[in-house]
Amino acid sequence: MFTGFFFCLRAHKIMVTPTEWLALMEALSRGFAGNSLVSFYHLSRSLLVKTEALFDHYDLAFRDFFTGLEVPPEIFEELWQWLGKETLKKELDADAFKNLPKHDWETVKKMFEERLKEQKEEHNGGGNWIGTGGTSPFGHGGHHPGGLRVGGESGGGMAVKIAAERKFKGYRRDVTLDVRQIKVALKKLRHLRRTGTRMELDIDKTIEQTCKNAGEIDLIFSPEHKNDVKLLLLMDAGGSMYPYAKLVDRLFSAANAVNHFAEFNHYYFHNSIYDYLRPEINGRERISTAHVLKELNPDHKVILVGDASMAPYELFMENGIIDYYDSNETAGIVWFERIAAHFRRCVWLNPMPERYWRHPTISAIKQVFPMYHLSLEGIDDAIKKLTAF
Amino acid sequence: MEDFTRYSGTRDYIVSEDLQNDVNVSIALGRPLLIKGEPGTGKTLLAKSVAKGLSQELLTWNIKSTTKAQDGLYIYDTVQRLNDSRFGGEGVDVANIENYIKLGKLGEAFANPIQSVVLIDEIDKADIEFPNDLLAELDEMKFYIPETQKTIAAQQRPAIIITSNSEKELPDAFLRRCVFHYIEFPDQELMTDIVKVHFPDLDKKMVKQAMAAFYQLRDLDGLRKKPSTSELIDWLKALLAAGHTTKSDFQKELPFLGALLKNENDYEIAAKQRGAFQRRNAFRR
Repeated sequence: MFTGFFFCLRAHKIMVTPTEWLALMEALSRGFAGNSLVSFYHLSRSLLVKTEALFDHYDLAFRDFFTGLEVPPEIFEELWQWLGKETLKKELDADAFKNLPKHDWETVKKMFEERLKEQKEEHNGGGNWIGTGGTSPFGHGGHHPGGLRVGGESGGGMAVKIAAERKFKGYRRDVTLDVRQIKVALKKLRHLRRTGTRMELDIDKTIEQTCKNAGEIDLIFSPEHKNDVKLLLLMDAGGSMYPYAKLVDRLFSAANAVNHFAEFNHYYFHNSIYDYLRPEINGRERISTAHVLKELNPDHKVILVGDASMAPYELFMENGIIDYYDSNETAGIVWFERIAAHFRRCVWLNPMPERYWRHPTISAIKQVFPMYHLSLEGIDDAIKKLTAF
Repeated sequence: MEDFTRYSGTRDYIVSEDLQNDVNVSIALGRPLLIKGEPGTGKTLLAKSVAKGLSQELLTWNIKSTTKAQDGLYIYDTVQRLNDSRFGGEGVDVANIENYIKLGKLGEAFANPIQSVVLIDEIDKADIEFPNDLLAELDEMKFYIPETQKTIAAQQRPAIIITSNSEKELPDAFLRRCVFHYIEFPDQELMTDIVKVHFPDLDKKMVKQAMAAFYQLRDLDGLRKKPSTSELIDWLKALLAAGHTTKSDFQKELPFLGALLKNENDYEIAAKQRGAFQRRNAFRR
């Protein structure tokens, strides 16, 4: 009966695997969810969702699946009047609860329609008709496993309500980005190589050397594994980037705080890169782009951050630079192509949502650099691109 | 529901019902339980409480950045053997390689004929590949020692509790095999229970006041590190030691702020925002 839930979760981007699903089935068949939908909510979350970032997706999927009750509005009105009555709740013992007939969703729906045709009046506390406080599968405030609730509050706690609260909204990865999360993402950017002082005992070589020495112990040390990834961060600090300034700042602090890069360089530019880059975001100091390209060797991984949106002449024309007193002999797009040609691995992170990427300058830059959205998911994909061989 | 050893919290550790269920599900299904949550919400203490609650031995494997998966299974102490063979170990048979195989924490738990609880603490400290290297061992609960040609297989699947502070992401293949629980920060009600466990005789009114001040502090915007349960407990200890009573007005002044906030920046934020808050209150009065 629940298989639909499996696909509902996957539709909400929770990539549940069959093994995990089977584990849930095992747990259910061994009675871990008891008879309560609230327990089921927690049990299936523990077994199917392995990061709090996806809890909100889970809540949405759960809400969609378990509240997908399609009761036509006209029947709803009439039912509502029957159900509007306050009734005393009848407590069921566990045995009686178990013995209630269980129906799958389709049957429940069909039975509901049939029952509705037959039922002509208000009916509360019974076991068959649509009403309140009873054990019929239909109505509200009653007890029936897998029953259909029509308005009102459910009796046995409200799992769907818990899901609808969406407490974990703040943990979503595709919306929120804090420095710590970006740091975690950037840590994947690494390539281990033995460098530095000789610290680790190399057992194989020690044994070999000791044997050669006729048993006289000779300890051989080798250098530790260290990350040798070099990172170059180029950030757009132009006017149109203003709404994203905080986001870019967080990316920068994260990259700066992850001190596992062998080398970390960063420069700022305005809309497009021309003959000069700026080491400080608001500083007057500038450094020639050609010089930067000459100084940094091609294995630097390059992350460019910008909205890539500007007037086409700023990107395609000589002297298209937006700063009035400045000029550029080479068009911005040419500089971008040079960067892409010099460094082996470059990616562009765009804070604008993907649906705006049809803008002419964005699509032109997208031809030069693989472009990703500046969200945790986007950063993850970008890093995969940067580390791929 | 079927019958098996059940954990239902211990007297010194308050545990939510969901967490209890997850512990029991993880033990029954023989899958490791992965615990995440804000620092100071009692991730590590859970394992101690589970071991105590089930009256089983707790084996703690503290993970460091240099820890290798192999360390948890067994270590072949080559250097010791080399040394003994050269200089003659006292009373040790150098020819017997088994004398130099030392079981790690997981190995010990597998070899133990009685069920035990293994805590793999702060798994995210290790290298990214670390969890992947343990997949087969955690799945089958056995491993092979090539040096002695022996297989160590668990006679009783130990309960495995893994904590993570999410400093690194864990690989999917590893996550698939776990039962996952995220410890949410306790609400005031649960927190009152927790405080009661630590300070059974504390005046109710004082708890209420301290709690209000604590949650107010947690709600401040932009704190780098929000104070957590362990900090609240420390703070209450300090208050008691200094002889604070219900008469202290925490709205006016927060004593021992250093026990709650561990960051210079946070100090400033707290001072500023609390100041504004007090002024507003004074104005209202």
